[in-house]
Order: sequence, then structure tokens, then C-alpha cells
Amino acid sequence: MPKKAKIRARGAEIRAIFEAAGANPVEASLLQPAEVLLDLYGEDIRGRAYVTSDALRGEQMLRPDFTVPVVQMHMEHGAEPARYTYAGEVFRRQEDDPTKPNEYAQVGYEVFDRENPGAADAEVFALIQRALGTLELRAATGDMGILKAAVAGLDTTDRRKNALMRHIWRPRRFRALLDRFSGRSPVPASRAALLTNPNPMAHGKPQIGLRSQAEISERIEALREDAKAPPISDGQVALIEAILSVREKLPFALERLRDIAVDMPAITEAVYCLKDRIEALKEQGVDVDALEFEASYGRTSMEYYDGFVFGLYAEGRPDLPPVATGGRYDALTRVLGQGREIPAVGGVIRPGLLLELEGAL
Amino acid sequence: MTIKLGVPSKGRLMDKTFDWFGKRGVSLARTGSDREYAGAVEGVEGVELVLLSAGEIPRELASGRIHLGVTGTDLVREKLPRWEQQLEEVAPLGFGQADLILAVPSCWVDVETLDDLDAAASAFRANHGFRLRVATKYHRLVREYLQHNGVADYQLVDSQGATEGVVKNETAEAIADITSTGETLRANHLKILGDGPILKSQATLWRSRVATYSDPDRKVLSALLDKLR
Repeated sequence: MPKKAKIRARGAEIRAIFEAAGANPVEASLLQPAEVLLDLYGEDIRGRAYVTSDALRGEQMLRPDFTVPVVQMHMEHGAEPARYTYAGEVFRRQEDDPTKPNEYAQVGYEVFDRENPGAADAEVFALIQRALGTLELRAATGDMGILKAAVAGLDTTDRRKNALMRHIWRPRRFRALLDRFSGRSPVPASRAALLTNPNPMAHGKPQIGLRSQAEISERIEALREDAKAPPISDGQVALIEAILSVREKLPFALERLRDIAVDMPAITEAVYCLKDRIEALKEQGVDVDALEFEASYGRTSMEYYDGFVFGLYAEGRPDLPPVATGGRYDALTRVLGQGREIPAVGGVIRPGLLLELEGAL
Repeated sequence: MTIKLGVPSKGRLMDKTFDWFGKRGVSLARTGSDREYAGAVEGVEGVELVLLSAGEIPRELASGRIHLGVTGTDLVREKLPRWEQQLEEVAPLGFGQADLILAVPSCWVDVETLDDLDAAASAFRANHGFRLRVATKYHRLVREYLQHNGVADYQLVDSQGATEGVVKNETAEAIADITSTGETLRANHLKILGDGPILKSQATLWRSRVATYSDPDRKVLSALLDKLR
């Protein structure tokens, strides 16, 4: 059997497992309108997806994932609760590493359910683990909800919290902002000069472009206000750092986070969610004592995940991407739902990688 | 067999390249009429001159259709993500120096760093309903740079020429372009962000690692490189 046919057959087997678990099979177009994806991911998506165009529909992208079209479809006319499955190719532009495939199969399972998020998280994780069969895989998990709760609970201005939240998926910029807001990094000379200038708008330079004088003045005002706000305390920065450094087996991670929650009550609810999820995972028969938990897991590559995140990796093969990944993306349904939203969680398996690891390719 | 040397087909870049080779005892010249892209090489045997647009030289080197080529670092980096595997830098030629920079209107007194640009982009998107536009022809380099530095809420728009004018024409809010003195930027009421250039570029002689070299080719190449280095 040709390689592709084997992968398709393996994908169909996995999809049948998902269907047996109650999912409706769905399809998505290979060509997706670029605008939606650009709006969601920003310019970075152009480096990761293939873009094409025609005069009628404008820019289109070769499907980089199924999640976005499945969410769109559900938000348009889905009944609740809903479970979906799909299988097919996704396309990822590769510019740096010729060994990485630019086209590979994914089989996915997505749950849209308002009732019990912890149970839905556990259902997705356990089902995907089961569908992967007997292969020895290392599971990594995380929870973006804890860091988000910590940022929301900081004792500082809303503007600073929004800035940190906006960059929660960009660790470098997040760190730089935290250092700035806590007074750990010096104010740049240009900023200091602007702040001491009593009338910075009297510069005599011609106003050009769409960004208006009012917008510029508004930002200067915001910077002045920010300069007056007290720095984020060392204690709070230390707590954020403590959260980011949590990396243990799940039950120990829960204990660590409970300790941190004593000094940072804002994360209490998010820690309870984690506890509910652990209970639900146990009920699904998952060996939670063996699961790794890393608070910063999923911060760089999984932009739309905002709660539970997970990945399953082949032991001893750090050269390979995860065989399966997934997570919760409540905010994505809000962005694509045009005013409506529903909690959602899902995951995908790469049948090609699975076959390779099983030695069947 | 011959060693093919790709050189920009017109303008100052061609003249200065001819001068640079001439000083090292290799005379390059265009032959035929002014409009014909043919050339001659004297001073070394077995080298063929291929006149090409500077923008095509990286691709020709990477495909191995030419063995040596003169073009800017900026074009190599933009067009060849894996340039180190495909090309060897033989010698920087000491001319054609230019920086790839990010520039914003001078009237943006609140924006001097990438940090400011990011904050301005966030507010701009909220106010205008679309992401702040950066005009450039160096899409890959600029995207990688902004991504690496954690700038969000921007979009790149293509500009293949007269990029300095796009802000005044309101087709972009900022630009990323090559500049040597910054004069055109100032004349168009733009200023360079203070974080340093995205890339420093100059005209450079490259060798293709991918091209095939017969034994006689290797002898020609080493004789030529002896003269040039």
C-alpha cells in the first residue's frame, strides 16, 4: 500500500474511534479565507501557511488547521452540546527546516459543551490517549488559565494587565513588559525625555499618515499616567515567576499551586478548575500520578489555547513533533462567534507520525 | 567547462563590481550594444560573465546555475532562508552599504522603540479596526524580526518601490526599507526606530555550494579566488 493510503487508513481507524465516542464527522475546505486566519493569528500566520489568491475571493490559505473552520461551522448552526471529528491534510509552510513536512494528516476530536469543562477536558485527553493505542508516549500538560488568572489578579493598572494579557503567548515580550512595569528595567532615555517634555506635541513636524494627533496625544497621556502608577511589587513578580516555574508531576504541581494561591488568592478559582480536571481524569482512568504538568507549557506555539493544554510525545525522540496535541479554546469561539460563545476543547492526532513510531511506514 | 560569475546587469552596482574585479587584475566588461546583456572576462581563463538583475542572483546561486555571484546581503537573507547551507560568503566588496530599518512618521513623538511601536499598533487596531500596516519588500526578514521581538497587531503590505511615500499616501503607517544615509527618509518626514537596524547589508561576492564543479572548474575557481582574495 502506498504511504499516503496507509496514513489515510490509519486516520480512518482513529476517526471511527472518535465517532464511536459520539462525534459527528465533519469536513472542511482545503482553501480557507485568509482574512479570518490573519485576523486571529496576525502576520505570523503568513510565515506558517501557504497563501494563494484569485481576483474574485481575494487571498486564500491552504488549511493550516481544522479548528478554525470547525468552530466557524459550529458557531453558525451547531446544536449544543456537540462533538465533532474530522480527518484530512493540513499544510504548513516550512522555510528553515527541510526535514519538516509541509503537508500532513490530522485526525481531530472537538467538544463544544457548557456543562462541565473539567469533564470535557478529561474526556478529550483520555479519548486521544486511548486512540493512540499501546505506544509508549510521554504526556505533557499545562493550563494557560492559571497564568491568565494571575495576571488578572495583579495589583496594578488595567492598562498594564491588558498589555501583559495581550502578550501572554509571547514570553519574551511578556518578560520585558513585566520588567518594565515592576521597575526592574530602566526607562529608555527616549521615554524619559518624552515624559519630562511639558509640551511634546509642539514639535513643528508635519502630521502625516492615518495615525492622528489625537491618537498620539492619547498615548502620551497614557504613558504619563503609567509613569505615576507605582511599580508592580517584587512579591507579585516573584509569584508570577513561581507560577511559571511550576514543573512537576500533576499531583505535586497542584500542591505547589495551592501554596502559591495562599499569597495570590486571584488564582484560587483556576486552581480549583485544575483540581476538578484531575478528578475527572482519574474517573476516565488516566494515571494522573504519571502526568507531567508545566505551567508555561503551550505558551509559544499554541496561541489560541487559553485553558487546559496537552501534548503527547514519543519517548527518546526529541527530534519529532508531538504525536498528538490539544487544549481548550473558549476565547476562540468568542472571536469567531460574532457575539456568541461556548466553552470548547479538542485535540488532534497525526496518524503519519503514529505509523512511523509503530514502525509501520 | 566554465565557471559562471553572475554580476548585476546595470547601474552603480555593476560599475563598482567591475572596478572591484579590475583592481584585482580581472577585467569584466559588457560587450555588444548597451541593451544586450552579454559580457567578457579578461585576466583569467575559463570564467564566463553572466549579467543578471541583482534580485535574481541569490536564486541563481541557490539553484547552482551560476558558481559565483555578486549581490547584497539583504537580498540573500530575504530570498534564501537556508543561505548558509546554499552559499558561501567569499568576500564583502566594501560598497553598496545599506541598512534595513524600520521607520515611522517623525510626528509620532511617542514612538522611538519597538516597544512603543507595539503599543501604538495595539491602540491603532482598536481605533481603526485594522492592523497597523508596515510597507516593505523584505517580507520574510521583517516578519521574522517583528515576531522575534514580540510585536503584534501589525500587517505587512507589499511595496516594491517608492516605499518612503506610502505613509503620506496613507497606504501604510510605517515602512521597513533599505537606506544608506537616511536622507530620503528625512525628506519624507520619517524617522528610524532606535533599536538598531534589522540587518546591515553590503555588496558581497558569494560562492554557490550547490553548483557542480568539475576538476578543471575547481582549478579555474581556485586561480580566480587567489586573485580576488
